[in-house]
Amino acid sequence: MAEDSTLVLSLVEEFVSGLQDSKAKDAAKGVKDGQFTILQLVEALGLSLTSSQPQTRARGVQLLSEVLQEIYGELAEREVELLIAFYENRLKDHYVITPPVLQGLRALTKCAALPPGSAVSMLRSLFQDVHVQSLMLAERACVYNMLINLMETRESELKGLGADFVFGFVQSMDGERDPRNLLLAFQIAKNIIHRGYDLGKFTEELFEVTSCYFPIDFTPPSNDPHGITREDLILALRAVLTGTPKFAEFLLPLIIEKLDSDVPSAKLDSLQTLTACVSQYEHKDLAEFLEGLWASLRREVFQTSSEKIESAGLTTLTALTSCLSRSVLTSESEDSLSNFLDLILKDCKHHLCEPDLKLVWPSAKLLQAACSASMRASHIITAAVMPSLVEQYTNRTQCSHRRTLLEVVQRFIQSVTTCQSDSEQSVFSAFREPLCSMVFSALSESNSSLQITATSVLTSLAQQAGLLSDSDIELAVDHMIRLLLTEEDERVSIAVIDCAGALAELHPAVFIAKLIPRLKREMFSEPMDRDNREASELHSHQAVRQRCLSVLAAISSQPSVVQESTPVLLEVLSSAHTGGGLFSVDEVVSACQSLQKIAKQAQDTEETGRCFHDVIIPRLLSLALQAALQDEGASGGRSPLVEEVILSAMVPVISTACSRLQPTLAGQTASRAVSLFLDGDVSFLPDNSFPSHIQLLKKQQGDSWSQSQMVCLLIGCVCSLPRSVEVPQIDRLLSELEDMSYTCSHPLSYTSAAKCFAGLINKRPQGDSFDDLIQRTMKRVFSTLDSNSSSVRIQAFTLMIWVAKALLLRYHPLCTALTDKLFSLLDDSDLGPMAADSFSLLMNDSADVLNRGCHADVRIMYRQRFFSENSAKLVQGFNTAPQEKKSNYLKALSNIVNKLPKQVQVTELPALLSLLLEALSCPDQGVQLSTLSCLEPVLINPPPALIQQLEALVSRLLALITSPAMSVRIASLRCIHALSLFPVHEVLPFRARVLKAMAQPLDDKKRLVRNEAVKARGEWFLLGSPGGR
Amino acid sequence: MSGGTRLENANPVIFQRSGERLLTASEEDEDVHDPIDDREIFDMIRSINDPEHPLSLEELNVVEQVRVKVNDAESTVGVEFTPTIPHCSMATLIGLSIKVKLLRSLPNRFKIDVHITPGTHASEEAVNKQLADKERVAAALENSSLLEVVNQCLSRSI
Repeated sequence: MAEDSTLVLSLVEEFVSGLQDSKAKDAAKGVKDGQFTILQLVEALGLSLTSSQPQTRARGVQLLSEVLQEIYGELAEREVELLIAFYENRLKDHYVITPPVLQGLRALTKCAALPPGSAVSMLRSLFQDVHVQSLMLAERACVYNMLINLMETRESELKGLGADFVFGFVQSMDGERDPRNLLLAFQIAKNIIHRGYDLGKFTEELFEVTSCYFPIDFTPPSNDPHGITREDLILALRAVLTGTPKFAEFLLPLIIEKLDSDVPSAKLDSLQTLTACVSQYEHKDLAEFLEGLWASLRREVFQTSSEKIESAGLTTLTALTSCLSRSVLTSESEDSLSNFLDLILKDCKHHLCEPDLKLVWPSAKLLQAACSASMRASHIITAAVMPSLVEQYTNRTQCSHRRTLLEVVQRFIQSVTTCQSDSEQSVFSAFREPLCSMVFSALSESNSSLQITATSVLTSLAQQAGLLSDSDIELAVDHMIRLLLTEEDERVSIAVIDCAGALAELHPAVFIAKLIPRLKREMFSEPMDRDNREASELHSHQAVRQRCLSVLAAISSQPSVVQESTPVLLEVLSSAHTGGGLFSVDEVVSACQSLQKIAKQAQDTEETGRCFHDVIIPRLLSLALQAALQDEGASGGRSPLVEEVILSAMVPVISTACSRLQPTLAGQTASRAVSLFLDGDVSFLPDNSFPSHIQLLKKQQGDSWSQSQMVCLLIGCVCSLPRSVEVPQIDRLLSELEDMSYTCSHPLSYTSAAKCFAGLINKRPQGDSFDDLIQRTMKRVFSTLDSNSSSVRIQAFTLMIWVAKALLLRYHPLCTALTDKLFSLLDDSDLGPMAADSFSLLMNDSADVLNRGCHADVRIMYRQRFFSENSAKLVQGFNTAPQEKKSNYLKALSNIVNKLPKQVQVTELPALLSLLLEALSCPDQGVQLSTLSCLEPVLINPPPALIQQLEALVSRLLALITSPAMSVRIASLRCIHALSLFPVHEVLPFRARVLKAMAQPLDDKKRLVRNEAVKARGEWFLLGSPGGR
Repeated sequence: MSGGTRLENANPVIFQRSGERLLTASEEDEDVHDPIDDREIFDMIRSINDPEHPLSLEELNVVEQVRVKVNDAESTVGVEFTPTIPHCSMATLIGLSIKVKLLRSLPNRFKIDVHITPGTHASEEAVNKQLADKERVAAALENSSLLEVVNQCLSRSI
């Protein structure tokens, strides 16, 4: 024990007189370990605490406070009580002692064992004896932290202090300037408001002491270590100011005043604060300020200078209106919502009658903002404006006026949609008739932009539940048919097609009954006398057919519509097959695209699934097979269905259906297709009159390719299945596909076989048998590639690329062997250029196989991985390659870099920059172009490495603006344009040189080049010029 | 309207913007020479900002395609512009912006003439004279506060 007392004495001595700060830690440890108690420490401190030197007393208190900070959790209630009494007493002492006293008190506020009543007494002495704002930064923070701690644990006691607590806090924070402390002070103020402390008569004082910081104007220093942003302060202060309706009478005039400010950020902050506060308010809080607020909001929207402020103003108006809409009306109070809306209508409505003046849109936006706030508001406003808009529309004759009016109406309909629930009757039901006649009259006009606007109004009207009657829809469909069949303007037909799609989803029956039969009749109508038809007429007939095909796709989302529309499309195909030349190849391709679109957008129901798997896919396969066999036999006219474009268009129809419609049925399709291709089983095909010896995957006699190319349809059937679906006879299928990719000489056939092989192995489960399969395949590929005399090197190469892609996507380790081979082929005299191009195949998503839509095994970031594993090899290969082969490396590099995500490009660029700059001066235009296209996005946010090479970059780009290829000139000018947005001090030295060099492309013979030059030169002129950049 | 500065013409008539020029097949053909035409000149100036409103000169109908005349072979360009009101104090500034935009965007073989549509402005002659005088234009652009306003009109904020 005696030992301990000497220990504690020596610690005290060393800390107080020896000024060794570390001893506080030792003392705390001593107490924690039970070597001495806190009481013993106080006794040992006795001399220092009673010293006549204030410094010594301060030092003594400091030791105690620092110990308390470590061990406050272990104090007993009795100890705490004594310590508090001691500290409260010390607050009256000399000012140098205050800082450690506050520290000690703060530690004590964290005690769990704080005796009842002590919180109150602590705060009373604090508010009485300490003038917070004359303390240093850290001590002020100490005070705020004490308050925060006590508010967390002793809420009821503090509330017992009543308004005195609020007053004490107001006095403490009055004049605070440091952002760190302000965040704490705002937090306390927010707690006071949100946790229901009694503000008493100090409401205004609390408001004043916080609102004097509004709007926040603070820019953190550039080397700010505290990380406090302007946004933090704004949000903290906003939470205080908007926390209680009691502040309304002070806050609202303040906001009206600040909205007048010229500083855009002050306006924005005011509007956002207003939006936040009205969510707490009732109409009586707002009543007397409504006119002022409206005047300010109106001004901000009418004379707006920035879209941000305008949209904030509109949001605020919506918030205000919905606050007023919430208020409960009593018999004696006046209806503040309708008064407010009257105010808005008075100022805005008459502008709607001037559709060619500037204020028509701001007025419409304000009215719509109010409209979207509540059902009541939308009823009042639409009742007031709709009749006059309709009347305007009938009285105005100019198309541009009518269009503006229609657009305004459209926006009203949309704004109402946001506040309307489905069960209620539409706000517009009273105006159904005039609105419909307005839309239909606009659709009958000859002005195309009026027609386009009318279609979107029609769509919005149709989406109002229960608004349009069946006869309205029928009339609408009639108008659509007319426009589709007669209107030449492409924008109109696109709008009509969109509108038809939206309406058909809601009213399928009308479309089945009217639109589909009519379109079918139109499409299959044979021109009466073909020779006499003018070329232009023939052309327009083709255009009509194209539109019919697109609209059939657009309307087919409901199963009932799909049942009706797809047979029409299939009929186009079979009619093309049977001949007569009714449909061109392009039209057949469009029909396939429409089928694919349907497969992609239709609801995945059993009904739709059966339609595709049991009807459409067998029919497509059957037609293609008939065409292939017919070609074999007859020497006469070939069916168009053997054309590559048509077959390639059929593939996505099948693969989309297999990937997303009804997995069980898709599995059935796959097994049928496999037995067709492996065994010639044609039993599931309709119109079955096929010979029994079909062997689609075997080499055909005389190198005929019409059957072998059908393998591309197999891709659709087996490569896009969900991974849960098994492909039957997979091993046999794989080996036949592999053989086929060597034996065929027809590019579509062997490429499709390779793709199909790749698509299947990508999904095969991991394991030894899989590795064996790949090893075997690789061995055969390599040996073929290594024999220069082989006639099937290209085939082997194609297979290798596709297998490499399949493995690369799933991160398979054997992929490396393949890609290494690929790199070595860059030096090959025959395959070099092909190898360089194939990198884009590796990096791009392929449309029909090996993508996520096909449920392929695609790991995230495989591109980055490939790049980081191989970029060094590429650079090394480039450096050692003979001069004439270097361009292959550059092309390969730009193919890879082009597809990398921008973040990776930016980080990897420094290493590759010299190579890319080299590529810019490579004579191959393809290399130039792809390098420019991968540079351009990087230039938008230039990495430092690029800025260091600016000189080289600028001279190479300027050299390219006189390239013989137009696309290179355009791309280089775009890059030069992007350079003008670099940090001004970096690019300014080049200004004169660039401006001079750019004078020449201003006179380029191609307009597209001149346009780019004009844009780029304009930006470079602004650089470093007043008012510019 | 309370607060803010009052605009000379707070509620001007707004005209529709013309769409982007349609791309023709010949424009994409490397070998065809596309002459500089009226529309191309109009496209250069239509998006110049008005000094007062956040609107383009096209939307205020200050410039119209029919008032742009170009002769590529003789290297001349003539542009007429129409101030929104006859007493518009911004007329010179607008004219200067158009002129500067064309000077920056056309090959220097062109002779550029910018003037007010006859009969649409009170001090038409004086403004035309200022715009035609090369030295006064050059001197105006030496004035950094004037250049600042011109550059703001030419920046692509809208």
